[in-house]
This record gives sequence, C-alpha cells and structure tokens, in this order.
Amino acid sequence: MSREQDTDKSRRRFLGGAAGTVAAATLAPGVVLHQLGQAKPADQPVSSQQRWGMLIDTSKCANGCEACVDACAKEYGWKPVTAETSERERAIDAQWIRKVNLRNRETGYSHSLPMMCQHCETAPCVDVCPTGASFRRADGIVLVDKHICIGCRYCMMACPYKARSFIHEPLHDQLAVAPRGKGTVESCTLCVQRIDQKGANAIPACAEACAAEGHDAFIFGDLNDSESALSQALRKHGSTKIRADLNLNQGITYRGIEG
Amino acid sequence: MKKQIHFKEVENDGLGFYGLLGVLGFFVLVGLGAAWYMEHNGHQVTGMNNQVIWGTPHVFAVFLIVAASGALNVASVSSVFGKLAYKPLARLSGLLAIALLVGGLAILVLDLGRPDRLIVAMTYYNFKSIFAWNIFLYTGFMAIVAVYLWMMMERRMNRLTAPVGFVAFLWRLLLTTGTGSIFGFLVARQAYDEAIMAPMFVIMSFSFGLAIFILVLLAAYRWTGRPLGEAVLYRLKNLLGVFVASVLYFTLVYHLTNLYITEHHGFERFLLLDGGIYTTLFWVGQVLLGSLVPLAMLYHPTLGKSRAAIGWASALVILGGMAQMYVIIIGGQAYPMTMFPGMEVSSSFFDGVVANYAPSLPEVLLGLGGVAIALAMVVVAVKVLAFLPESLDNSLVDPHFKSEAAIEKAA
Repeated sequence: MSREQDTDKSRRRFLGGAAGTVAAATLAPGVVLHQLGQAKPADQPVSSQQRWGMLIDTSKCANGCEACVDACAKEYGWKPVTAETSERERAIDAQWIRKVNLRNRETGYSHSLPMMCQHCETAPCVDVCPTGASFRRADGIVLVDKHICIGCRYCMMACPYKARSFIHEPLHDQLAVAPRGKGTVESCTLCVQRIDQKGANAIPACAEACAAEGHDAFIFGDLNDSESALSQALRKHGSTKIRADLNLNQGITYRGIEG
Repeated sequence: MKKQIHFKEVENDGLGFYGLLGVLGFFVLVGLGAAWYMEHNGHQVTGMNNQVIWGTPHVFAVFLIVAASGALNVASVSSVFGKLAYKPLARLSGLLAIALLVGGLAILVLDLGRPDRLIVAMTYYNFKSIFAWNIFLYTGFMAIVAVYLWMMMERRMNRLTAPVGFVAFLWRLLLTTGTGSIFGFLVARQAYDEAIMAPMFVIMSFSFGLAIFILVLLAAYRWTGRPLGEAVLYRLKNLLGVFVASVLYFTLVYHLTNLYITEHHGFERFLLLDGGIYTTLFWVGQVLLGSLVPLAMLYHPTLGKSRAAIGWASALVILGGMAQMYVIIIGGQAYPMTMFPGMEVSSSFFDGVVANYAPSLPEVLLGLGGVAIALAMVVVAVKVLAFLPESLDNSLVDPHFKSEAAIEKAA
C-alpha cells in the first residue's frame, strides 16, 4: 500500500506541476505583450498617448512590386488593378493604396513609392465633411464613419493626396473587418483593427507584405514613443512629407523622395 | 396721379399653360427617374469617377444655386437701394430666388451617394465644414425670402418690407460667399485654393440670376399677353451688361494672378491653351458667347433696344455661365494635383494625367430635372398667387420714361 501512495503522489505532483506550467505559459505572453503593446481593452476609448505613423523608405521600394497593394486589397476585399482591368474599372474601382512611379524630368532619376491616406493631423478631409463622418481618432488615424457618410464626396475634393475612393456600385461578399457600401467613401484605415488588437505590436498589411517580400520599406510604429523603431529611424535618417508645404503634419513620412 | 401697379394671378387656362406644365412635369419625372437609376445602380452608370468626383449634376446645381441668390437682386434693388422702378418686379424676384434654389438643392441631394441619409445631413454637423454652414444658409434663405414675400404681398406688412429685404440681401451675399468658398477653401487643387472664388461667385450670381429673371419676365409677359414696357426692360438689360462686364473683370483678375504664380502655370496652360474641351468652353463658351457677344448686343444702339436681342443676350449669358461652371468644377478636377513638383508621375490611379470625363445621360437628365422643378414652381406659383403685375406698361412703371415711339412722335 505505501508503494501505491508513493506512485499517486508523484503522479499528482507531476500533473499539478504540468498544469501550473501550462497555465503560466498560456498567461505569461499575454501579460508581457499587454505591458509592451499597451493593447487596450475593447471598451476603453482611444487616447492621444499614442500617435500611429509609418516611415516608408523609397530606396527599398522595388519598381514593379505591388505586394503592399495586393495585401491591402486581400485584407479588405477590394479589387487591385491588373492587366485585365478595363479603363473604366480603373477609374471607378476603389484603390486604398497605389504604387506611384516618379521620374525626374530634368535628371531622369526614377523611383516608385506606395501612396495611401497620409493620416494628416489637420486633415482637409476632416475639415470639410459636413456630417463629421470623416474624422480623426485621438491616436491619429483618419477614418470614415460609414454610419453617417452621406456620399457627398467633398472629402475627395479636399484630399491633397487623392487618397479617398467612392463606391460606385453595389458590393457583395464583403469582409467583416471592413464595412464598405455603395454610395459611401473609404480610404486606408492604417489597419485600425490590427492596431486595436495588438497596439505597437501590430503591423499594417502593406508593411507586413513588404517585409515578407524582403524589401522592408515600411516601418510602422508610435510616433509619440521616442524609443519606438519608427521614432529612432526618423531621428537617425531624415524624412519628408509629401506636399509638406501644406503643413498638414501627416503621420506617413517618406525617405528618398527628393527626386 | 400715378396709376397704381395691380398684381393679379395669371389667368391662362388653356392648352398653352397646361402644355408648358406638362413639358416641365415630364422633365421632372425623367430627372427623378435618372436619380433613382443612379442611386439604385450606383454612380458607375454616370461619367463621374474617382478622379472627376463632381460632374454635370453639380454644374447644374451650383449654377442654379448661384443664380438663385442673384435672382433676388431685383427685389433688393428696390427694397434696399430704394429704386422704385424695380418695385413691381420684387415679388417675381423673390419667387424665382426660392424656386431656383429648390431646383439646385434637389439635384445636389439626389446625386448624393446616400440620398436616403438626408436626415443624417440635417442632424449631424461638423461646423468647420462650409457644407454644414451652407445647409443653414440655404434653408435659412428660403425661409427669409418667404417672409420677405409675405411682407411684400400682405398690405399690413408692407412697412416691414425694407428691413426684411435688407436681411435677405445680406443673407444672399453670405450664401453665395459660402457657395464660392466650397471651392475657395480647398488647398488641394490649383484651380480652387483662392480667396477670389467667393466674391467671384457673388458677381456671377448677379449676372446669371438677372439673365434668368429677364428671360422669365419676357416669357411670362409674352405668354400671358400682359404689357411689358421698355422702362422696365431697358433698366434690366443695362444692369445685366454691367454684371456681365464685372464677371469678365473677376475672371481676368483670377487668371492674371494665377499667371503670376509660377506654381500655377501648369494649370493655367491647361485651361487657357491645351485643355481641349475646357479651353474651348472657356474661350468660346464663357468669354466669347457668354460675355463679349451679350455685352455687344446689350449695349448696341439698335440691337440693345430689341426684345428679341435682349432675350438672346440673356440666353447667351446663361449658356456662358454654364460653360464657366463646367470649366471651374470639372476642369478644376480634371487637371492632376501636383504632389511631386518637377516629376513625371504615373500610377494606376491616374496620378499625373489629365482625368477623363464625359457627361452621361443620367447626369444631364438629373440636371435638367432640377431646372424643370424650379420652372414648374414658378409656373404654378404665378397662377395661384398674385406675383405678376397685370401690366408693366411704361406709364405705370416710370411715367417720365420716353420710349422711341414717343420721341419720334414728338419730333
């Protein structure tokens, strides 16, 4: 009988230890990530403690590569432009992000860059929206509230970057992550749902795809965190904003666009 | 003793009247049908796209809204500036102002991506947006002019016509300033980012509103068989000439300034030289047919006295005005935004290239529907209420006016 008791105890100890280890292993990463990413509970309002932005290094942006565009299109359910796209479709289909090819007229220097909503601090689209559907979150992301967008397209007239698209046709098979609708306006959301889940550990789909291709042109992060990879990169290398003279203080900055 | 002006409802009851109403009603229905078609299928059925965002409906709508505030000028000249000769025209002026505004707003609302959300537009406001302010300016204008009409048409209230007229005059200036600022406040586009847009729209309203007023007046008095004397008509046509010349002046200043700004040379070159349809509409439509030819006709010693010429000149001013709106609204969008100065730009989103746009049938029908709504309102109103004086004979309007016939007889 004493031998049975010994065996029972060691099994129990083993099982207890194993259960404790598994529990710790399950909870610990969440606790650690929560500390690091400051991911907030869903019902907590967004604060201006963080300001999300990106630095795009155009010297790493490969001519002809559309990985960022394809990834965004896949994530949100819009159709990217291909060789088969008709002229009319190209004019009316939504494009949340596009590759822009540049060539200096005088010197012939050419390069390309991805162009999307610049998430301006003083966004003209937010200023002109009559209902307030186009708004800027406290953490810097500029979005469209699809409940109150009336489809007047004034924000599209006002945007200096042509970042917004209007939905010209009825949509089907939409993805739950991005409500879109005929007659409303939309643009890049900086992958806001990823940010709300993972905070500084999030990565927008475009940046993720670029990294997967090995180009690493995007750095995403918190502009208000001076130790974030983004802030460090901005401090170390210069950066430019497109149409900087408009003084809109965009969250998206670029390297290498002097031309 | 000066004979009194007597206002009376239009008595026409026959085929002519109901035929006119029928034609207008037809265009209203077709316009509503076009709006339904656009809403149901989405804007893919129009010529508008992600580059040229506002199209032909907006050309019509902004033209009507601008003309609406200008149509009130005739009433303002009598109430605010005390020119008694214009007083008999004040009621029609107020009516036309409200009708044109309703027509223009109908087009704008029906073109919205979500016209079913009009109630949202009336309950959610971002007061930094000039659009939000315009909602109040437009609806307020209709209310104020309605009160103004009441002051004019109810004898007991006549003593309040002048103060209410003054408020209406200030309001319409604010309204047109708000309309011009829709474009003037946009930093993004070279065609718009200019303070001159607001006062230019005010001057355009004077011109377009009066041109429409003259045509409506000529038509109304011809089709009702009521006398319309030269005392009224010549005053109006001379005033129209002044306004047309003023618009030309503002256009000159706008372009001269842009030509001085090297940054804007690309756009100016596009508009004035190589913009294709936009260049043609500017020089032939706006400048030649819309301004210079009417000016010549209105001030010509013989032509300027002919009713037909006055009518045609007014029609040309209206056409020129539409051309001007087309150039401003669509031409301003067609020219690509300069995001990378000095660089050749290309992308899948038409960066760096002049955008394609052609008016589509649903858009034109919607625009015409708005015009028909405005005119139908006027036709119904003059039949139901006493908006039109029974006679605008010279002896009633201005006993001292000497017509050509009277001068010849005396000689």
